[in-house]
Amino acid sequence: MSRLRELFDVGEFVVTGEVAPPRGTDLSAMHASVDLLAPYCHALNVTDNQGATLHLSSLAASRAILDRGIEPIFQQTCRDRNRLALQSDLLAAWSLGLENVLVVTGDDPRAGDHPHAKGVFDLDSTQLAGIARGMNEGHDMMGRELKGATDFYIGAAMFPEAEPWDVQLARIEQKIAAGVRFFQTQAIFDMDKLQRAVDAVRPLGAKVIAGVLVIRSPRVVTFVNEHLAGLMVPDHIAERIRVADDPAEEAIALAAEQVRDIRDIADGVHVMPLGLDAAVGRILTG
Amino acid sequence: MIITKPRDWKRITDNLESVGARRVFLMGCGQCATVAHTGGERELEEAAARLTAGGYTVTGWTVGDVTCHLNGTKLDARKHREEIDDADAVLVLACGAGVQTTAEAIAKPVFPGLESLFLGTVVRNGVFEERCQTCGDCVLGETAGICPVTTCPKGLLNGPCGGMWNGMCEVLTDRECTHVRIRRRLTEQGRAGTGTLAPKDFSTALKPGGVNIRDRVTGRQKPSREASAREEGAR
Repeated sequence: MSRLRELFDVGEFVVTGEVAPPRGTDLSAMHASVDLLAPYCHALNVTDNQGATLHLSSLAASRAILDRGIEPIFQQTCRDRNRLALQSDLLAAWSLGLENVLVVTGDDPRAGDHPHAKGVFDLDSTQLAGIARGMNEGHDMMGRELKGATDFYIGAAMFPEAEPWDVQLARIEQKIAAGVRFFQTQAIFDMDKLQRAVDAVRPLGAKVIAGVLVIRSPRVVTFVNEHLAGLMVPDHIAERIRVADDPAEEAIALAAEQVRDIRDIADGVHVMPLGLDAAVGRILTG
Repeated sequence: MIITKPRDWKRITDNLESVGARRVFLMGCGQCATVAHTGGERELEEAAARLTAGGYTVTGWTVGDVTCHLNGTKLDARKHREEIDDADAVLVLACGAGVQTTAEAIAKPVFPGLESLFLGTVVRNGVFEERCQTCGDCVLGETAGICPVTTCPKGLLNGPCGGMWNGMCEVLTDRECTHVRIRRRLTEQGRAGTGTLAPKDFSTALKPGGVNIRDRVTGRQKPSREASAREEGAR
């Protein structure tokens, strides 16, 4: 059974991190990242062509980090594959020992490094979550019996700070109804809005892992605001990083503060160190 | 209506060069391409002037009534037979459907003069938006008359995606998110949300599409071949 699920079941505050598969076949940088994060994290997300840019597949990379001794969260986007391929990869993932799957829509190809690609979006993330649950119950999306079922712990993304909230909330409820059991949030800057999201999700039986982004420099602020979909660094935080003598140290201190706040609100924290992997220990224990 | 735009002129002349055409007949369309200002009288005159300036001879031109109508286009071609006979090739300022009827009606090289873009809504004169992609599996009944398949850049039935920010679309950042609009209109009408919409049936959109409504329109019941064979056998 998924360790992530077991930890949630016993009420543990869960810590997850994130690694990106390489653009190429050399896994050494990813493994170095895994080795830095593993002592502090219960599981690691493995991104799927993140930002619509080409990387080695999440499926293969997830298996690679499992072999390195840490539980992966296999990410699957709806952007690059149709319903046959998505289901086929879900079966492959289970057969490879991947027990957590995080289903997301995926960034539009026009935002990535292959802007002429056709975005598939045959399914959306809610539909894909429902299909994964069906596979857990032993059938494919057409209702045909599988020879050997899956038992995925199904996660999805959530955006507590995006307005209008009623639209977000409807989407969250939809995903839970489809079979989502845990959410990872976009980077959180406003703890009141995180509280609002957790209050909505908890009664429905799902867990919330709050995202923390380490904004190590003013350049990262610009990058986030201009390139990361659905995310804006608030002015007071951007200013704090901008005026700091040592922006990286300030970012680590800020992230540690956020983690402390999140411990009182959510079920776990998802750290996105944006290159400061070596500081994750200090962020989580600071 | 079908929205078209002018085709790159170099591609047009390359097409004409490919068959060594110097004498050209022009075919427009009195329907969509006239409304879109791409294949009406004025545009044909402009194209004729441009061809002439480029050293071509325009043997004649006509704006077909409904150029995508095969028999109508055959009739138009007959009316202009001498001018067409005098030409090496025909350039069609209509959508791809009109190019193909013309190519079937006229036994000479026929080339497209426009690019066909989408099934468009005329928002106001000269402003066209794609709001329907003729998918054959309509969800507008559930989505308050706003098509998410077409107007959400990702075509998501269940949205918004994670890129929505302050109600605005991630991809077309100057537009409101389709799913926010759907929810607002449903709420204004006192209707519940869409619920989770099931994956679409894309088999209805398989190409090429074809519909024959002759029996339904005329009320005739033409027995199928199998039924006729059975009747023959019974006799």
